[in-house]
Amino acid sequence: MTFAATGHGTLAAAAPQGFLSPTGVEIAFVLVGLVTLGAAVVTVTTRQLVHAALWLVVALGGLAVEYLLLTAEFIAWVQVLIYVGSVVVLLLFGLMLTRAPIGRSPDADSGNRPAALAVALAAAAALVWVVVDAFRTQWIDLDKPQGTTEVTGSILFRHWVLPFEALSVLLLAALVGAIVLSRRNAARSEDPGTSRPGPAGAPSDRAGDKEQR
Amino acid sequence: MHLAYPAVLAVLLFCVGLYGVLARRNAILVLMSVELMLNAVNLNLVAFDVWLRDALHAGQALTLFTIAIAAAEIGIGLAIVLAVYRNRGTSAVDDLRDTAERPDDGGDGGGRDSEGAAADEPDEPDQPAEGKASQKAEAPA
Amino acid sequence: MTTTTLAVLVPLLPFLGAVAGLLLGRTVPGLARPLAVLPALTSLVLAAVVAARQGGDHAVDAATQLTPTGSVPVELALHIDGFAALVAVLVGVVASCVQIYSTAYLRDDPRYPSYAALVSLFTSAMLLVVYSGDLMVLLVGWEIMGICSYFLVGHYWETPEARAASLKAFLVTKLGDVPFLIGLFALAVDADSFRITEILATVADGGLDHPTLVALLLLAGVAGKSAQFPLHTWLPDAMAGPTPVSALIHAATMVAAGVYFIARLLPVFAASAAALVVLAVMAAVTMAGSALAALAQDDIKRVLAYSTIGQLGYMTGALAVGDRGAAVFHLLSHGAFKALLFLAAGVIIHAAGTNSLAAMSRMKDLRARVPDAYWTMTVALLALAAIPPFSGFFSKEAVLGAAEHTATGHAESAPESAGWIVLVAGLVTALLTAAYAARLWLLAFYGRGADAPDHGKQPVAMTAVLWVLAVPSLAFGVTVGVLPDWFDGHKLAPTLTTSVLGTGLALVGALVTYGAWRHTTALAARVPIGAVAAHPDADAGQVEAEAIATHAPAYGDVASAPDPADPGRLLLGPLHRHAAVGFHLDAVYAALFVRPVQAGARLVRFLDREVVDTYVRGAGTAPRWLGAAVRRAQTGNVQTYLSALLAGTVVLAVAAVLVATAGA
Repeated sequence: MTFAATGHGTLAAAAPQGFLSPTGVEIAFVLVGLVTLGAAVVTVTTRQLVHAALWLVVALGGLAVEYLLLTAEFIAWVQVLIYVGSVVVLLLFGLMLTRAPIGRSPDADSGNRPAALAVALAAAAALVWVVVDAFRTQWIDLDKPQGTTEVTGSILFRHWVLPFEALSVLLLAALVGAIVLSRRNAARSEDPGTSRPGPAGAPSDRAGDKEQR
Repeated sequence: MHLAYPAVLAVLLFCVGLYGVLARRNAILVLMSVELMLNAVNLNLVAFDVWLRDALHAGQALTLFTIAIAAAEIGIGLAIVLAVYRNRGTSAVDDLRDTAERPDDGGDGGGRDSEGAAADEPDEPDQPAEGKASQKAEAPA
Repeated sequence: MTTTTLAVLVPLLPFLGAVAGLLLGRTVPGLARPLAVLPALTSLVLAAVVAARQGGDHAVDAATQLTPTGSVPVELALHIDGFAALVAVLVGVVASCVQIYSTAYLRDDPRYPSYAALVSLFTSAMLLVVYSGDLMVLLVGWEIMGICSYFLVGHYWETPEARAASLKAFLVTKLGDVPFLIGLFALAVDADSFRITEILATVADGGLDHPTLVALLLLAGVAGKSAQFPLHTWLPDAMAGPTPVSALIHAATMVAAGVYFIARLLPVFAASAAALVVLAVMAAVTMAGSALAALAQDDIKRVLAYSTIGQLGYMTGALAVGDRGAAVFHLLSHGAFKALLFLAAGVIIHAAGTNSLAAMSRMKDLRARVPDAYWTMTVALLALAAIPPFSGFFSKEAVLGAAEHTATGHAESAPESAGWIVLVAGLVTALLTAAYAARLWLLAFYGRGADAPDHGKQPVAMTAVLWVLAVPSLAFGVTVGVLPDWFDGHKLAPTLTTSVLGTGLALVGALVTYGAWRHTTALAARVPIGAVAAHPDADAGQVEAEAIATHAPAYGDVASAPDPADPGRLLLGPLHRHAAVGFHLDAVYAALFVRPVQAGARLVRFLDREVVDTYVRGAGTAPRWLGAAVRRAQTGNVQTYLSALLAGTVVLAVAAVLVATAGA
């Protein structure tokens, strides 16, 4: 491994850094990263659907920790708030509303699994190779926090205010879209001709409500 | 900290999400996998933002936007999944094969291709007949 | 007006009449008859004036070139010598008679305007052939006659016989026209001109490279047009057309065109002794065979058709011995009496309601019903049988005399063998001709049995024409002393030897037939036979159409009838069966050409259906298999699609990276 001997041309100070002499932050990052990755793998492989959602919480929470380690504290809390707080809850609701089986379901994976595994492994190999090849000598200087709430807030409302407003319009559109999707289906479900009653109409609206935040 | 750590983690998370999208049967699990992929991208954005010390913090701003869009996406996606589930009684993505070629076409095609055209033609008059029959059936109802 | 202007007007007037008739005939039906008759009569007068002015002197030659036509110029040329002037008069006479006759014959026919216009066009084309001094212009008239004959023979196109006959006439004549055209080109290449005068000058200088080849090629076209063996088979079948059309085709136009063409270009043929011998053999076979066939026919018009073929054989025989004067003399006299025969036959068919001689032989007093036809036809048949002093005697003796002249080695241009062939065949044919003429006369007019049906008085337009034509049939022979001035100057007067021989043989033939008839006529009463189309009010054309259409169903064949009372049956003996069908020539053609062509067509069809289409189907099958394979990929499973998409993306990305790194 030649990694240890590198260090030329980085943004950080000239002091060479190596894999074999990790800092504390790096150790923490790697450990949390392993947990996150493991949780993600379990999420996509477990046969218990609800467990998948719960493992997703672990993965997303792990990512929030990683953000913290990368000194992006505001992002980290937004991650916790939105992903862990709302998205996963939404997914759980969705699972329940589609009457997902509690416990192990034998058909959680489709027949496409070998192809998916091959594609994923190939993509992973290719990407890891490229990324490592490209960034193995790059060093992040974490001395100065980069993502404090203050900085993020000022940047967001000073330079990024227009995209921010546009995003709010997008969220509104998504809200309206979700309502329309649910409404029309609800109206159809009230039609006596179709047999299936629509128990999901109201929760679907609630999903839109939650999203509104 | 080495940039390779978050980058490799992001790549692996992305590929795990990719696997989930391609392999999971339940549409909600597919959505979860999509969330994983989005988060991998977010991690990349944050890591590079910190590495580059961007004055505008474009990476972090984009991460916030991505999170918001992901939230919207999950809302719309769930609404669609629920609508499909209500109409079809299932949320398994590989059951939704309306765009598939008819299986009997596929089966016939290889076996008796030379008579394929001749065999298709008699079918055509049947279809209006079926249509009439169904109309007749509907008319009393 | 100059002679040239008059001569131009002669073919032009019927042509204009035809155009006007086609344009106006339907909208103004009253104009159809004047437009048909008047141009024909005017051209007759003009042709007579032209003939009078030309007077057998030096040929009138005039030419104009409308436009340059490449290496060999095509000119609008007139070449009027004595032959052309007299033949044009004959064409005018016959065409006028036919047009007048047709006004009554096809009185109620709804297609009369187009019929009359086509007859006018036919006449115009023949006059063009007669007057033209340029072979290409001649060919135009030649081909227009072909297409007109197609339409006119098929006038009763509702009947399958007429349809088949018109197609046959067209195809057989075209079959001859192909070598004819090639022969014309060969001739023009040698002479470097299409002008007849220049070609004849070239021949006189010996400038013709392949005289035999050219002559034989031209002979094919002539054989087709003039119904000579072996291309004569269309002519008997062409009897499915209306009688006036038959008269026109047989007497003055179409079949005469071939003989006239050889007469014009005789030096070309005379340049090759082989061609003359071939011509003589052709004429001999045609004469004898057609006379035998005529003796066996039941349809009165088919008898006349075979007789036409035989008389044309005399003409070609005269040409084969190098005497075109005799040929055109016979052409003129034959044109008159054959037109008369046909038109009289039309009257008889109308009166009897049938075209079958077997049926007529069981009718009493048919001659009393149609006295005009009876007397004029008697004259014409005597002329046909070459009984002195009728016109046919003189013309036929001219032919036989020429043949004898050549056979005895007095002619410089023709080989002796040709003379002998023509002489012997001509004498045999004289016997047979008299026999079938007598048979026709006896069967048609001296039948015994029930009274002939009374269809009322025949129209004046039809009977008057008969008398007009009877005059030349009777008295054309008196011109025998004048005609050599118009022609080449050969003496045309009968010689003693051939006269005695020919007339004697003719009398023998007639008497033998009479005896046979006396013998068989007793049988007629015992075997009732006959089908009569009874349409007292209908015009003659409709009666004839029905008679033709019912002949095959009533008698089993279009040509013959199973009549034991037929003297021809007795005379021919076992030969009768073969003669009735024209010596199976149609069957031979069917076996030689029609069936192989049909078999070839079936083979091609088989190859197309089973072989070529197999490749086509195979070409379709491969993509269909491919499509079936590809269709299997369309599972409808979005995940599968996405997997394939991403796999492809990975492959592309890796490839891009590899290329980038390899290049770096």
